[in-house]
Amino acid sequence: MTVNPTSNNFKENAKKALADENLQAALNNLKGGLISKRKEAIKRLPEFDAISTRAKNIKDEVFLDLDFYLEKFEKKTIEYGGVVHWAEDANDAKNIILELLKSINAKIMTKGKTLISEEIGLNEFLEENGIEPVETDLGEYIVQIAGEKPSHIIAPALHKTKENVADLFHEIHSPLGYKERQNSASALVAEARSVLRKRYLEADAGLTGANFLVAETGSTAIVTNEGNGDLTQSLPKMHIVLATIDKVVPTLEDVSTILRVLNPSATGQDMATYVTFSTGPKRRDDNAGPDQFHVVILDNGRSDLIGTDKQDVLRCIRCGACMNHCPVYGIVGGHAYGWVYPGPIGAALNPALIGIEKSHHLPNASTFCGRCEEVCPMQIPLPKIMRHWRNEEWKKKIPKYSVRLVLKLWLFLVLNPVLYRIVSSIFVRILSFFSPQKGYFSNLPFASGWTSVRDFPAPEGKSFLSQWEEEHDDNK
Amino acid sequence: MNNELKNKKTEIALFVTCLVDLFRPSVAFATIKLLKEYGYTVVVPKAQSCCGQPAYNSGDYEGAKKVASAVINEFDKYKNVIVPSGSCAGMMAKHYVDLFKDDPEFSKKSLIFSKKVQELISFLSKIPDRKKLHSNFKGTITYHDSCSSLREAGVKHQARELLQEIKGLKIKELKHTEVCCGFGGTFCVKYPQISERMVSEKVADAEASGAEILLSGDLGCLMNIAGRASREGKKIECRHVIEVMADMTSVSPIGKK
Repeated sequence: MTVNPTSNNFKENAKKALADENLQAALNNLKGGLISKRKEAIKRLPEFDAISTRAKNIKDEVFLDLDFYLEKFEKKTIEYGGVVHWAEDANDAKNIILELLKSINAKIMTKGKTLISEEIGLNEFLEENGIEPVETDLGEYIVQIAGEKPSHIIAPALHKTKENVADLFHEIHSPLGYKERQNSASALVAEARSVLRKRYLEADAGLTGANFLVAETGSTAIVTNEGNGDLTQSLPKMHIVLATIDKVVPTLEDVSTILRVLNPSATGQDMATYVTFSTGPKRRDDNAGPDQFHVVILDNGRSDLIGTDKQDVLRCIRCGACMNHCPVYGIVGGHAYGWVYPGPIGAALNPALIGIEKSHHLPNASTFCGRCEEVCPMQIPLPKIMRHWRNEEWKKKIPKYSVRLVLKLWLFLVLNPVLYRIVSSIFVRILSFFSPQKGYFSNLPFASGWTSVRDFPAPEGKSFLSQWEEEHDDNK
Repeated sequence: MNNELKNKKTEIALFVTCLVDLFRPSVAFATIKLLKEYGYTVVVPKAQSCCGQPAYNSGDYEGAKKVASAVINEFDKYKNVIVPSGSCAGMMAKHYVDLFKDDPEFSKKSLIFSKKVQELISFLSKIPDRKKLHSNFKGTITYHDSCSSLREAGVKHQARELLQEIKGLKIKELKHTEVCCGFGGTFCVKYPQISERMVSEKVADAEASGAEILLSGDLGCLMNIAGRASREGKKIECRHVIEVMADMTSVSPIGKK
């Protein structure tokens, strides 16, 4: 893995994030907006739940015959003059892309938004090999020129306020002749658009991701709001699509079913501004389009999830609703998660891609409040999958010895009811005895995780079961 | 609700929950009082402690199965098992089935058991031909939906509707009723700083509502919110909702004397 995860520093990352006033302001600005927009959009679509179930079923059925649909996609793509490349891991994918770029002596490659590129660390790799990647999605462009990483899967620059972007553009664009510092969002967008326009024309190749690979037609599809993906893929002489195996769907009809739930969930739109299908390279009669059309299909550990209790995570269509509604993400932001996919989907997916040893905090840093699962248009049981990762951890003895010991002692007591009642009532009596007049403890040495941030309510007195027993000697 | 519950002599087994047992026996006494008023016979099976969530959510599925099978074996003989917590009820009615789905002995047992388990508020709201609550409680409350009551036990409007039967009670809603308070079982001690921010926001929301008392159906959330409110020196009081419904508010609020 080229992009090194910092997920094991989650606690430190989170601490920094909590103290970062700028980040907190950025998170506050956007959180409410995305939640209410989604709610409104779903109100406009009374059949949302029914479509969501159909969308879920489409993916579940694909996963039963994944090889069949992928091969069908390949066959169709070839029929239309495209080429499909299979990449088992990140290095495979990077090398395939580099070879393709070298074959046309490419120096500049424009890029539509793709999370897979982040996953394999493509930008760094291309730069090392003398090829300049140019992000064209506004959010991706912002994080690229800031030298940062995306913090949200559909809004990569969510961690930045408008003021931050204004400062950044002023600094980076001044030498290009844009002397005036822009303040309004629309002026900033216009400035980025003007800078990028030239780059589209300079590019030798364009790379996009894919929201769908359509097996019946060999088409790839992207969903965007800026139109940058269209310029990225149609102007240069080579179009490379980078996608993962889970993106394949059988038919165009299936695409439209999933789109109906994707757009409301992601941005609160009924439909995104652009849904663009690419089927092979430019044909003889076409006025424009790339000469070459390549689809790089990456596995990177995903096929290992098929048939396991974590397979459902592959249904994800990357709408971001889970993180928009996650109370933990809403406080710490995306960077704290330390790898490409933040929030609940990251907690469920990253351990599969980078290993639980490198991501053990992620499935633990959840209250299992269940709001992510509630808003997921693909009905992914995210808390359940996180819990399955905790189970993997438990089996591998990753949790600290002290934690495992406490749980084992607790288990022993709980499984011995008589002993439990004796020990617990003694515990409660001791607590009650030391209980301060005010009714709570400000500091308990054995529960410092609790009392470091909140008081510990003192028990009322004797435990219920011991009181009940005294009153009902003859109860069952 | 099965027809049998119309027969007011129906027997109900109370699963007390470990937090209520150790920290807030009043919740169990209030539950028993109200259920008896509605004509039920309440039994408290002796061999009970915890539903097994600490093991389950720590990923120790084998440990959780041992606890779950002990609970099922102890409570199996009763037709109705009532739990004054959405979280524990969810564990017993939903997660036990998941845990045992491949178990030859307990897959069927857990499925049958899951139909018997009911969260307290949900149960109360479904009692047929029920007399209205006649609590003498007076005051302005706000209601915190615990995540598991809301999303696993499906309790939302039921709590409000029941509370509105109490003449002297006024409800002022929180701004963010769907947001977690930051308890999350072991989460609150594993990630105290994140939990702190979440619970502070909940306390601020409660204060802004103008309510004097925050009620909820889960003691975990209540201890978390009460503990944080106390640390911040806030006046708001926290109680389990059943204390108000059963008119048993003479005991001090959680974490206060």
